[in-house]
Amino acid sequence: MTEPVVSLEDAGLRYGETHVLHDLTFSMSEGDIVTVIGPNGAGKTSLIKLILGIEKPSSGHVRQRAGTRVGYVPQRMTLQPTLPLTVGRFLGLAGGDNSAIEAALARTGVAHLANESVHYLSGGEFQRVLLARAILRRPQLLVLDEPAQGLDVNGQSALYELIQSLRDELNCAVLTVSHDLHVVMASTDTVLCLNGHICCRGQPEQISRDPAFTQLFGEHLANTLAVYHHHHNHSHDVHGDTVP
Amino acid sequence: MIDLILNDFFWRAMAGGLMVALVAGPLGCFVVWRRMAYFGDTLAHSALLGIALGTAFQANLNLSIALVCILLAVVLMLLSRQQSLASDTLLGILSHSSLAIGLVVLGMMQDFSIDLTGYLFGDLLAINQRDLLWIALGGALILALTVWLWRGLLMITIHDELAAVEGHRTGLLRLALMLMLSLVIATAMKIVGVLLITALLIIPAAAARPLAATPERMAVIASLLGMGSVVAGMTLSWHMDTPAGPSVVVSAFGFFLLLWLARARSPA
Repeated sequence: MTEPVVSLEDAGLRYGETHVLHDLTFSMSEGDIVTVIGPNGAGKTSLIKLILGIEKPSSGHVRQRAGTRVGYVPQRMTLQPTLPLTVGRFLGLAGGDNSAIEAALARTGVAHLANESVHYLSGGEFQRVLLARAILRRPQLLVLDEPAQGLDVNGQSALYELIQSLRDELNCAVLTVSHDLHVVMASTDTVLCLNGHICCRGQPEQISRDPAFTQLFGEHLANTLAVYHHHHNHSHDVHGDTVP
Repeated sequence: MIDLILNDFFWRAMAGGLMVALVAGPLGCFVVWRRMAYFGDTLAHSALLGIALGTAFQANLNLSIALVCILLAVVLMLLSRQQSLASDTLLGILSHSSLAIGLVVLGMMQDFSIDLTGYLFGDLLAINQRDLLWIALGGALILALTVWLWRGLLMITIHDELAAVEGHRTGLLRLALMLMLSLVIATAMKIVGVLLITALLIIPAAAARPLAATPERMAVIASLLGMGSVVAGMTLSWHMDTPAGPSVVVSAFGFFLLLWLARARSPA
């Protein structure tokens, strides 16, 4: 068994007195697709920062396998219009020659945008440019923060399909944070339900019947996604703290 | 030729101005891209404190200006980490306090006659050979750093976390950019003065924006426009007997207006 690409052991993060994340233990290997869902303020973006190494855990450990190449697609990236930048140059800043850049853009279906200014792209085009930039580095770990935000339903499923086929091609671990429960539930291998800690995890059909999941996302939504029911081990009070 | 430049005050001023404009081009782009105009003003105002302290301790003025600017840049960087004051409030406090302290300290030294106007608005024509040497050394250092760190500086400007993930040392790069700005302000002060330095940084960069499709081209065009402004301003100053520093800034503003008007008239 090779070492996982990234692993968390009882990892926690706090800003001042506020515990944003606590007791996170999980790991990802090549080929794993993990999708993190959770309500606002659940610490999804903080978890990404821990995994990327931008934030250091205030307790426990976060380990990236030495020499791991990471591809990152950040959330809601706003570019200063005062900074002139073409798509090709934007990818060039990540390293890689012109033919690699062209190939990456072609792979995500936006080869025709290479000479366009990044400021005139639509939301969907820009997400694909960011994805092309991430795969240009041939990552072993691909981290995406709300990649489908602002896309319509067709755009969302096309993007998730693309991510899945990129995983097959690059054999990388993929961690995605998402709000789009329907698309997530339909496609992903493992769902990790976050609310300060890991509430529940498992296959989509398994998790959609978890009482913790119902608690977080509401009866109606959970029922529409539900297939399977499994054992309930805790609930949350109004502050999101665990109650046995 | 070299003799002429070194020995004639007009050509010394021209050479000094051109060197500063060359370096200010790319750095000015970062000031525009990262919205650091107010930060530049704050550093420039603190330069006056550098002059006051340098005069009080009879130290080299260029050195004391650079040191005070660098110190302020580091203090700003440390203070901006705590979030209880908005960064523009913090900048406003440090900017005007350092200017005021500088003026008070200068006022207390009555036995020194200091040409305050020269420092506030620049005294381009008073550049001596030693100043020229400082500008050349400082300019070469900043230019070399800009080229060397270019990709990293650009990445932290586009997206700080993306830069960090891709292995750039974002904290060090931010510090380097602040130090480079401090240095360019310390060298440019002789040319346009404390109150007009930010103009020399941001006006050529802003004027270059509509002409450029890549960041590199914007930096080069900003340098060229800055150098054009020095030549035009110096010529204006020579023929019309206007103050040199403000004439340079007025020329830069002229270029800016022309380019943006031309842009507005041309069909997009």
